[in-house]
Amino acid sequence: MREVAIIGVGMIDWGELWEKSLRRMWTEAALAALDDAGIDTVDLITVGCMSPGLFVGQEHIASLLADEIGMAGVAATRTESACASGSLAFRAGFAEVASGLSDIVLVTGVEKMTDVDGGDATYTLGTAADREYEAFHGITFPGLYAMMAQVHMARYGTTSRQLAAVSVKNHANGLLNPHAQYHLKISIDDVLNSTMVADPLHLFDCSPITDGAAAVVLAPLDKARDLAGKRPIVKVAGSGMATDTIALANREDLGKLRAVELAGQRAYAMAGRSPNDIHVAEVHDCFSISEVMVTEALGFFEPGQGGPAAERGLTALNGKIPVNPSGGLKSKGHPVGATGVAQIAEITTQLRGEAGQRQVNGARIGLTQNMGGSGGSSTVHILEVA
Amino acid sequence: MESPARSWREYPQRYRLEAAKCTKCDKVLYPPRVICPACHGRDFETVTLPREGHVVAPTVVRVPPTGFEEETPLPVAVVELSNGVRLMVQVADMADPLELKIGDPIHLEFRRIQQDSEAGLLFYGHKAIRD
Ligand SMILES: [Zn+2]
Repeated sequence: MREVAIIGVGMIDWGELWEKSLRRMWTEAALAALDDAGIDTVDLITVGCMSPGLFVGQEHIASLLADEIGMAGVAATRTESACASGSLAFRAGFAEVASGLSDIVLVTGVEKMTDVDGGDATYTLGTAADREYEAFHGITFPGLYAMMAQVHMARYGTTSRQLAAVSVKNHANGLLNPHAQYHLKISIDDVLNSTMVADPLHLFDCSPITDGAAAVVLAPLDKARDLAGKRPIVKVAGSGMATDTIALANREDLGKLRAVELAGQRAYAMAGRSPNDIHVAEVHDCFSISEVMVTEALGFFEPGQGGPAAERGLTALNGKIPVNPSGGLKSKGHPVGATGVAQIAEITTQLRGEAGQRQVNGARIGLTQNMGGSGGSSTVHILEVA
Repeated sequence: MESPARSWREYPQRYRLEAAKCTKCDKVLYPPRVICPACHGRDFETVTLPREGHVVAPTVVRVPPTGFEEETPLPVAVVELSNGVRLMVQVADMADPLELKIGDPIHLEFRRIQQDSEAGLLFYGHKAIRD
């Protein structure tokens, strides 16, 4: 396999972007990444997007977007694994460059979520659960994670206050990210006093509905050295992906995220790294409980210690293992297909030392973790300064 | 999104709680499958699920998806039946939904699950009642 480098990253400001269509958001992010890389032709475009069919009534979007950016003729494909669609677009692009099938790949993620009303958005996200045996009974995504929270709380004594600390920390980080959807300082009490969505998860335990896009450009490491100039080169050291049952009822243990654990083990093994080696991580905090359970599954903390760790500040920007310096899904926003690619963009920016006020000092090894549905799929990537 | 055929083909498991018991390792699969995830056996006999069990993971959905607006707040839970099979069900007849706790004993009853569809389809299945 060839070594693969990330030679460009592109983000747009995320939010409720009523003035921008899916193709407009996507093209702006893609152009930003190409400009950052100093490249204007690619061999392949991958697009992570969960449900353009239900959100905007458009399928076949890889070809549509290749044309939109003036590259009709190029190879292009869409990847889908619910909220992990973006990281699967990255993994597909990584495999193409590593294998030699493609040299330059434009990896993108996008989701346009606000063209439908709240009920239909909840319904669409619910299609990432088992349609016939979960969603049929009225369970929602907050509801599924709420059930996992109930089990985690009963087993380990995890508290609502510890969960709230995750949201408070991510909003504090998001204040420092100009691309974030919300620039809003919140307190533990703000979280605990917000509307209950699914017990025990309050509104401020949940990531929002967001329009957004993100992109990165991949190239063989040798070519990256020619293009990098004085900037640090960031390479892909490890890639792991795993699945679990979609239906919670089919899982033996609702107190842990098995797909995250497996994907992490695979990525660590490939990179020759362990959890203690990681300097900074972007993880899938679709809900506060998710970040707690993910930091346990990735081996940053022992099972049951994710909540206390968040409350003690171990995951803050200046903590033992800074988690979600971008603001995470909670503050930066969660346009589902774009999230996995934005995580790669953030860690690349951190490893380049270009993260400004939210820079984690001395970060040279970083990790991203993206998750589909209620943990039915997960991807972990480890990036390092080459 | 629902068609008559799509509802009809789920009747055996949804209406009659039919499951598939693996003849090789005795694992009971609900809903039925054609290969056993435990032993990869492919031979099954049809069994009916017991109706008694307990709560494994409860929540109360306060923000409903389309089709459940009349049902909110909606208690839902993963329950485990007396033969070890788990399923996702609504929990009916709770005066205070927040009283539902892990370990609470339940039994299943046949009830309406969702509002009727625009095409007039009715959605029935099983709900849990706390004992
Ligand atoms: Zn079997």
